[in-house]
Amino acid sequence: MKKPRRSMLFIPGSNAAMLSTAFVYRPDSIMFDLEDAVALGEKDSARLLVYHALQLPAYKEIETVVRINPLDTPYGLKDLEAAVRGGAEIIRLPKTDCAADIQKLEREVERIEQECGRELGSTRLMAAIESASGVVNAVAIATASPRMDSIALAGFDYVVDMQTQRGDGSEIFYARCAVLHAARAAKIDAFDVVFSDVNDDEGFLKEVEVAKRLGFNGKSLINPRQIELLHKAYAPTEEEVHKAEQIVNAAKNAEREGLGVVSLNGKMIDPPVVMNAQRILALAGLTFGHA
Amino acid sequence: MKITKEAMCGTLESNDLLVKVLPFGGLQVSIYSEVMRQFGARIREVVGETLKQMGVTQGKIVVEDKGALDCAIRARVEAAVLRGAECEDLDWRAL
Repeated sequence: MKKPRRSMLFIPGSNAAMLSTAFVYRPDSIMFDLEDAVALGEKDSARLLVYHALQLPAYKEIETVVRINPLDTPYGLKDLEAAVRGGAEIIRLPKTDCAADIQKLEREVERIEQECGRELGSTRLMAAIESASGVVNAVAIATASPRMDSIALAGFDYVVDMQTQRGDGSEIFYARCAVLHAARAAKIDAFDVVFSDVNDDEGFLKEVEVAKRLGFNGKSLINPRQIELLHKAYAPTEEEVHKAEQIVNAAKNAEREGLGVVSLNGKMIDPPVVMNAQRILALAGLTFGHA
Repeated sequence: MKITKEAMCGTLESNDLLVKVLPFGGLQVSIYSEVMRQFGARIREVVGETLKQMGVTQGKIVVEDKGALDCAIRARVEAAVLRGAECEDLDWRAL
């Protein structure tokens, strides 16, 4: 089972201090942002900062994502050159409206991998859905390339496109469900929207609870303070871990004994229950360092 | 690569540096740093390597360092030189 990801921390690509130290916060993924967090006059220098920061030894031990500018801007392709050549594991494409956006990105990534000698297929892709079109096309986007790793909902642009504004969450409920279903159908991860009020822990945790309950793998974050809150909220309880260990052990015993059916305390355990128990133990491994 | 106009890149914030480039007959590099005594030689080495990789043989380069890592030094020098040389297309193979 692959390592679960809960937190994806945005770091402005133009901020040398943050790029040099962000790994100390230990998010599951770090996302260097070359898009909205970078002023137009600093796109060139941010791109170079991110390229060199990606090669810091500390970032070899943490998943790295680069959010490039859209490919139809003067910056997108240059950002992509820097990110792929720098060794970013994942490219996050903003404003993904349809499968063709991902396919165009895939072609350019493949060309750059070939040019720089990077292993073909080693760069994974993440689509950020920020419009009604993107939500409607979410399944096609999620399945547009074998490189697709995850899909993220970006709330602010989406609500503007929908001619509404952020409120209690009901305004993005359909989009959350659509994006999440697309991700699950494609067997990829899904990340929920950012929560922008970094001083409102209660509001943040309320939103995390909704995202977790719906089934999102985690959230995009804009402040390191939110990492620990998110990780605690996603942590399984001791009781859940204990039960999961029993289920996984029962499955191992059944396999060892060549039994087709897994049972625990006289009850039959279905394969999805075993898979869920494995997921809980993987989360426990991240949280408590065991399992 | 030739510096054809005055240009700057970076900030004077902690962990960053400000790089200024100007047209000049020869190559003159001036470095000021809060950690000159401990890391001056390393900063000079990184700046020198970066200029060499970019083929910069002429220009006045002024670096004001605030404790930046090597990666930030390389990036800021590269961006300042590209701006000063009015060059938009970067040769990634040279980096």
